[in-house]
Amino acid sequence: MFISAGDVVPSFKGFTLIMPAVSVGNVGQLAVDLLISTLNMPRVGYFHTDCLIPMVGNNPYATSTEDAAQLSTSAEVYSHSDLKLAVLQIRTPIIQTKVRSFRKLIVSWIKSSLFLRSVLLSSSHAYQRDDQQLHGTPLRFLLSPSLQKEEGQRVEELGWREMERISAFPEISDSEQRLYIPGGGVTKALYTDCCTEDIPMAVVLIFCSEGDNIPDAFALINHLNDWLHLLEKPTQGSVQWRVPSSWKLLFGSGIPPLLF
Amino acid sequence: MATFFGEVLSVYSRAVEEDEDDDMTRENEEDEQIRREIEEKRQVDVHWLLQPDSGSLSCSDLIIAAGPNATGFVSAYVLSSGGWRPVARVSLWNERSRTDGEPSCVLYQQKQVLICQCSCYVAEDQLFQWTEKVFGCVQARGLSVTVLSDCSVAEYKTSDYLSGSSTPFLRCLKTSTHSSATSAVACPLLEPPNISCGLAAAVLTHCEVQRIPAVLYQLYSDVPHADSLSMQAYREPVSAVLKLDHQSPGAEVLQKITGVCAIQSNLYT
Repeated sequence: MFISAGDVVPSFKGFTLIMPAVSVGNVGQLAVDLLISTLNMPRVGYFHTDCLIPMVGNNPYATSTEDAAQLSTSAEVYSHSDLKLAVLQIRTPIIQTKVRSFRKLIVSWIKSSLFLRSVLLSSSHAYQRDDQQLHGTPLRFLLSPSLQKEEGQRVEELGWREMERISAFPEISDSEQRLYIPGGGVTKALYTDCCTEDIPMAVVLIFCSEGDNIPDAFALINHLNDWLHLLEKPTQGSVQWRVPSSWKLLFGSGIPPLLF
Repeated sequence: MATFFGEVLSVYSRAVEEDEDDDMTRENEEDEQIRREIEEKRQVDVHWLLQPDSGSLSCSDLIIAAGPNATGFVSAYVLSSGGWRPVARVSLWNERSRTDGEPSCVLYQQKQVLICQCSCYVAEDQLFQWTEKVFGCVQARGLSVTVLSDCSVAEYKTSDYLSGSSTPFLRCLKTSTHSSATSAVACPLLEPPNISCGLAAAVLTHCEVQRIPAVLYQLYSDVPHADSLSMQAYREPVSAVLKLDHQSPGAEVLQKITGVCAIQSNLYT
């Protein structure tokens, strides 16, 4: 549940919520890190729940020694009132037996906070793409029916590609078409919940493989920015996203000098 | 996933498990009952040995020790001096629980200080409940928490190579309400991207969210079990909370604690 970091409980009415799904390559989470770091979003609360594996560390977005000591937990909410933007960052996996509870928690929080719309950033295994999906952009979107009315035209103008439905039985031509997001974690289930509960939700995902997923995170956040215009795109070049200070040593410590 | 040599590997993702959630929706009554039984078996319970009248203990300091060096330190340097009475024990079961019946998580009290010595493994799905139950035993008003936790130096990330002579060493993490001014211990903060997980993280998260002043001292050691040098590292931070004997514990006491990991037998003896 949401617990405010300050004495006043912030109001998210009319805000846009952006949150990641814990998915292949952690791309959604990396993209959210870029957003929080670049927009310098202050933390407004914690998402305190028994559904996530606990974790603590020092401020991952620290820019100086003064703000380095702020303790950070496994799920926190950041806000930017001018942009009417709220961001939920999730830093640890969901406990296996608590996935369903977690989904219920998120849906109930979205409803009670009266968010205008929610965006779920996610990813899917690149190796699971079918022949059609191998061509063109690796970025996909999904809109829940309530958001389809407002944003359907806009995403069409942007030339975005909707996530394809897959045959339940590929060999049989007239088998039922269903949504399949392998490696997406709770993406499909949460999206389905939002459709059922009539919550305006967009899913923006990228096909990728595990490895150095920083370029995928940049691709995803730039794609999102084309739609939401969170940062001004310069006439030449791309948006200058600020990489958080915690992104160093992603692949381990320094190499021992005697190794070679 | 098929590889170059033709063998099929199951692909592992660091972010997700491959199970589709569809299985959960096809759950029947029997599955639900099994799930409930497993949940009940994994419950965390507090058993009072000396129940306070008000239902919870009033104390100014709570020290939580998790990990072989931390719990070893508490046994050798704190409890051995006497004057500590066990007031409660926390019981739980998971796949890694010891079967010898020895209580593995006990709360001891001496005046206004409470020590929770946790030598059992608390599973991921039990951490939240464990924390809530332990903090449910204590009144939060005026409380200050110190957590002692062990970690392997292999988990410590730094851009400079760490030579063997630098271990064991301490790093700390503090909650927002913890005043650095009152802390007499000079211990560097844990540098990002390093993090703390497990019991220590669950406790610190609880304290941060409930605005309880808390500090975690994470010990990085290159020895996989308890050793006297590593245990000694906790002396300074705990001295800030408790008055400890000037003398180090005797060799027999230390050997009893560290000797638990001695090789039972090998080919040569």
